[in-house]
Amino acid sequence: MDLSAISPALLLASLMVAATPILIAGIGELVVERAGVLNLGVEGMMITGAICGFAITIETGSPAVGFVAAAVGGALLSLLFAILTQFALANQVASGLALTLFGLGLSSLLGQEYVGLKPAQTPDLHIPLLSDLPFLGTVLFSHDVMVYFGLALVAAVWAVLKYTRVGLVLRAVGENHDAAHALGYKVVRIRVLAIMFGGACAGLGGAYISLIRVPQWTEGMTAGAGWIALALVVFASWKPWRVLLGAYLFGGVTVLQLNLQAAGLAIPVEYLSMSPYLITILVLVIMSADRSRAPGSLGRVFHASG
Amino acid sequence: MLKLEKRPQPSRVFAWLTPLMAVVLTMIAGGILFAMLGKNPVEAIRVIFWDPLFNEQFASYSRPQLLVKAGPLILIAIGLSLGFRAGIWNIGAEGQYILGAIVGAGVGLAFYPLDAWYVFPLMVIGGALGGWLWAMIPALLKVKFGTNEILVSLMLVYVGEQLLASMSLGLLKNPEGLGFPGSRNLKDYPSAFNDELIAGTGMHWGVLTAFLAVIFAYILLNRHMLGFSIRLTGEAPRAARFSGVNPNLLILFCLGMSGLMAGLAGLFEVSGPSGQISIDFNTGYGFTAIIVAFLGRLHPVGILLAGLLMALTYIGGELAQLMLSLPSAAIQLFQGMLLFFLLAVDLLTNYRIRFVKREKA
Repeated sequence: MDLSAISPALLLASLMVAATPILIAGIGELVVERAGVLNLGVEGMMITGAICGFAITIETGSPAVGFVAAAVGGALLSLLFAILTQFALANQVASGLALTLFGLGLSSLLGQEYVGLKPAQTPDLHIPLLSDLPFLGTVLFSHDVMVYFGLALVAAVWAVLKYTRVGLVLRAVGENHDAAHALGYKVVRIRVLAIMFGGACAGLGGAYISLIRVPQWTEGMTAGAGWIALALVVFASWKPWRVLLGAYLFGGVTVLQLNLQAAGLAIPVEYLSMSPYLITILVLVIMSADRSRAPGSLGRVFHASG
Repeated sequence: MLKLEKRPQPSRVFAWLTPLMAVVLTMIAGGILFAMLGKNPVEAIRVIFWDPLFNEQFASYSRPQLLVKAGPLILIAIGLSLGFRAGIWNIGAEGQYILGAIVGAGVGLAFYPLDAWYVFPLMVIGGALGGWLWAMIPALLKVKFGTNEILVSLMLVYVGEQLLASMSLGLLKNPEGLGFPGSRNLKDYPSAFNDELIAGTGMHWGVLTAFLAVIFAYILLNRHMLGFSIRLTGEAPRAARFSGVNPNLLILFCLGMSGLMAGLAGLFEVSGPSGQISIDFNTGYGFTAIIVAFLGRLHPVGILLAGLLMALTYIGGELAQLMLSLPSAAIQLFQGMLLFFLLAVDLLTNYRIRFVKREKA
C-alpha cells in the first residue's frame, strides 16, 4: 500500500467534483420538502437526467445543451409525480417509488444506443490568477462550471427561502397547508412548481454524473446517489448550507475510498465500496434525534374540501 | 368543471375494479410505447400476455416458469404488504433477499458434500435468519433512534450487493471453479437442491411457501389481534395509539416478517432456479414485489393474483425479446407504468368525481 500516492490537493479537488451531483439533487429535494412534499423519486429523476443529458450531448456535441435537456427531462418526469400526488392525491411514498422504478426502466430503454460512447468534454474553467494559485488553485478554482453552479444554487435557494416573499409562501405551504390555503395561497400550484424545480435539479445532478464525473453511460449508473441526496436533506435538517456540508462529507468519503482502492489498501474493494452507504446510515442515525426541523405538512395529502 | 368529493367510505366496487383498470390502461400505454419502438402493439401485447400461457409452442416451457417467477414475487410482496398496511416502509427487500440467499447457500455449502436430510431444512432456517437480521437493522434503528426506515433499508440494498460480489469472489467461491466467480452449483448437490416437487410444473418449495404465506397473511389480518393492530395503525394511527397498540412492536414485527420472507425467497431462488451465488444473482424481485404488493391492494389474495400477473409480464417480456426483439428495458418500463396507473386510478376508490358548473362570482 502506498498512501503517499494520494495527493491532498487532488483529493480535495475531486471531493468537490464527487459532491456536486448529490449537492444539486439534494438542494432541489430540499426545496420540494420545504414545500411539504416528500418525493422519493430522486433516483429515478437523476438517472433520467443522466441519460437525457448524455444523449443530447452526443447528438448535439454540446454539453451545455445536454445539461438543459437533463433539467427538462428531470422536470418532465417529476411532473408525473406532481400529477399523481397533487391531482390524483396518491400516497407520496408509493408515488415516489413508482417514479424511481419508472425512471430506471425509461433510462435503460433510452440509453440502449448510447452504451460505450464518449460525450463531448466539458472544459474546466481557467480563471486568470486564481487558478494559478498553488494548492488553492487546484482545489477551488479549476473546476468545470457546474461545480460553481451547484454552489451558486445553494446560495440562491438559501437567500430565496430566507429573504423573499416567494420563499416565505413556499415555507408556509410546507409548514401548514391548510393555513396557507386559508390565506389564499395556491397550495397545489406552488407545490407543483416546487416538485418541478426539484426534478430539474435532480436531472442536472444526474447529467453531471454521466457527462463529467464518469463520463459514460451505463445502466443504473447513479447507483443510489438519488437516495443519498434524500438522506442529505434529512442530514441537513432542511437547511440549505448544511446540504453543502453534507454533500462534501459524502463526497469526501467517496473520494477517499476510491483513492484507498487505488492505493491497494488491504481491505477488499467491495467493503470499501460499501462505505458511502454505511456512512449515510450512520449519519442518519446521528441526525434522527433532531426531528423538530421537518416541515409540518411533509408527506401529507392536501385536499381543499368545500 | 371537475370536482373531487371525498367518499365517506372507500368504495368496495372500485377497490376491486381499479387494479383491472390499471392493467387495461397499462396495456394501452404499453401498446403505444411498443408502437413507438416500431413493433406491432397488438402482436406485442399478445406475445406478452397470451402466448406464454396458450401458445402451443411455448406454453410447455412458459407455464412452469410462471410459478418459478411468481413464487418469490408473492412471498416478498406478502411480507412487504404487512408493513405497508401499517405505514412502515421496507423498500430494501432486495437486500434482504440477497442476504437470505447468501446465508442459506452458505449453510448448504458448509455441509458440502455431506448427504443428509437435514441440510436443506437448515438452509431454509439460515435463509430466513439472514433476511430477518438484515431487516432488523432498519427496524432497531427506527425503534431506538427514530431513523427513517425507508432510507436505511434502501442503503442496505447497496451494501448487500457489494457483500454478494465479495462472497462470490471470495468466501463462497467454487474451489473447483477454475477461478471463475460464483459459488458451487447447488444443482449438483442433491441434499441442498430445491428441486421441483412435481416434475414439469415449476412447483418447488419456495412456491409452496409463497402459497402458505398467503394463507398465513390472510388469517393474520382477518382473524388475529396483531393483524387488526396493523390495519388499525395504517388507517387511524391516533386511534391505534389510544387503544394501546405498541408501535415499536409493530415495527419490529412488520420489518422482521418482511425481511424473513424476502430472505426465504432468496434462499429458495439460490438453491433452486438460480443454483448458485453469483455477482448478478439478484434481478430486482425485491423492487418488483413493491409493485406486486400495491397491485394486489395489499390484500393477500390480491397479491397472489398480482404476483402471477407480474410473473407473466416477465416471461412474456422474455418471449417478446426473443420473438420481436423487444428490449428488456421496455418490460421494466411497462411494469413501472402499471404502478403509476394504479396509483392514479386509485383516486376513484376514495373520491367521487362530480361535474359542477362554475359559479359566477
